[in-house]
Amino acid sequence: MTHAFVVPRVPSVDAVAVEERAAKFRTRSIKKDAKIKGLKLVASMIDLTTLEGMDTPGKVQMLCQKAISPGSGCPQVAAICVYPTLVPVAKAALKGTSIKVASVATYFPSGQASLKERTDEVRRAVEAGADEIDMVISRGDFLAGHYAKIDEEIRATREACGPAHLKVILETGELQTYDNVRLASQIAIDAGAHFIKTSTGKVSPGATMPVTLVMLEAIRDHFINTGKMVGMKPAGGIRDSKLAMHYLAMVKETLGDAWLSPDWFRFGASSLLNDVLMQLEKQSTGRYHSDRYLSLS
Amino acid sequence: MAKSTPTRLRVLKTFKLYIGGAFPRTESGRFLQEHNPKGQLVANFCRASRKDLRNSVVAARKAQPGWAGRTPFNRAQILYRMAEVLESRRESFESALAERAGIKSADAQAEVDAAIDRLVWYAGWADKFVQIMGTTNPVASPHFNITSPEPTGVVTAFAPRSAPLLGLITAIAPVIVSGNALVLVVENEHPSIAIDLAEVFHCSDLPGGVVNILTGLREELVPHAAKHMDIDAIATFDATDEERRLIALEAAESVKRVHNFESPAKHDWAQASAQSPYNILPFVEFKTAWHPIESGAAMGAKY
Repeated sequence: MTHAFVVPRVPSVDAVAVEERAAKFRTRSIKKDAKIKGLKLVASMIDLTTLEGMDTPGKVQMLCQKAISPGSGCPQVAAICVYPTLVPVAKAALKGTSIKVASVATYFPSGQASLKERTDEVRRAVEAGADEIDMVISRGDFLAGHYAKIDEEIRATREACGPAHLKVILETGELQTYDNVRLASQIAIDAGAHFIKTSTGKVSPGATMPVTLVMLEAIRDHFINTGKMVGMKPAGGIRDSKLAMHYLAMVKETLGDAWLSPDWFRFGASSLLNDVLMQLEKQSTGRYHSDRYLSLS
Repeated sequence: MAKSTPTRLRVLKTFKLYIGGAFPRTESGRFLQEHNPKGQLVANFCRASRKDLRNSVVAARKAQPGWAGRTPFNRAQILYRMAEVLESRRESFESALAERAGIKSADAQAEVDAAIDRLVWYAGWADKFVQIMGTTNPVASPHFNITSPEPTGVVTAFAPRSAPLLGLITAIAPVIVSGNALVLVVENEHPSIAIDLAEVFHCSDLPGGVVNILTGLREELVPHAAKHMDIDAIATFDATDEERRLIALEAAESVKRVHNFESPAKHDWAQASAQSPYNILPFVEFKTAWHPIESGAAMGAKY
């Protein structure tokens, strides 16, 4: 290991200010044409996700069909996110489209395995065709203060990714404090993450607006200091499109328009797309819609 | 009891909505005023918006499977509990009917009596209507063929314009007894009574979201309810021709069940004719099951 790790100096986070700032976005009212555009943008940023023990090839195929043609004038989603074993299924179903296949790896969701096992899993997922890898950091090591280990595992995973993009899941619901989130964000960014991501979706709370704001500010400060853009992916618990639109307002006002693109911002979600479809139907028909008319996820 | 000082201003309650087991203000921030027959202001109440309706439907949809999944016996217990709690607050309702609605004391007592009794009466139907309205059907094949009523899902009811307490019970009980969840829209002279009643429901073991109560203007909410794709049935009391036309037209899109009731004459509200197990029927769907049995003919039977 030639790289000498130094714990990055990060500013401390004012929890009260962050929570108040984040709460302000929840009051935004986005209507009519702006709403329709916003809904479509949200849809185009979704990593349509299924990460259940009971996932079947059939379910993944169904999800891929939905990703390709969601209906109701809704654009295609950004990616399908599945476990490594289902990557070939998704890859085949999405052949000929621009929709990416993302795979969680590194012993998702706990990350409790040796670094070699974890990077081997990443290599297998990439060989199977994954365009993007969502890794988890070792929260236990982070909380024990072994920051160098976190740095090392992210660098090793990035290397194992080869051409695939790397998203680093901090699992903020287990990091206890905003200061920890800020530090973990910086470590991930410095170690070469293409995206930083809040949560696995397996721990509550998942993504929250204050936590996402802290991560967006880390991205912003990194951009100001180095000129390099890093992407952001909140995941876990973002189920309705109104909340998703408030996230977009937060992104726009923290990072600017450049990040309002699926290249730089994603939602990790399974039921959000259905809500977007219901809202688009409401906008076009004037009827409040029902998810009974939509597929399960 | 000490009388309040003459200079004291009475605190006027703002009656809120009842959605998903909570009492939120209308998201629209609008309110209306309720007056007694002497023209005195007796309450401020919320003027629900279409978004309150939408939120109520979401709450009802969420609550409905759990409510339908309760045993009929348990639903009966809870309706009976609603009657118990109403009984324990009867003085408060009697004085509300008298002071706010200007109903004579004896009539107010009679209306509260009838409301409590009607809840008990419908409670009794919870574990009986399926037996009476379900059927075993003769079929020409080796099947045991049964039809039974199941709750239709989320029902929106537009409450009677008269009988500010008893009218509500008459609208609510036959809908929820079978396992439906209800969004009740109340536009009458004294909608504050409906929110008093919501407070009774709130401490009656009734799961939040099974009954949601919106006060406001029917004219404003009828079109949105009729169009809503996630409402399974609409009940109206005393609907105008225009309301009937609009509901019939828009409800067709999602194939809603629609049933229009007429309120009885004032003194008939408490009569047995104003309650019926057949009032449960518009809000159930009949499901038929074919259960294969060993061939009767093979066993020498004549069918």
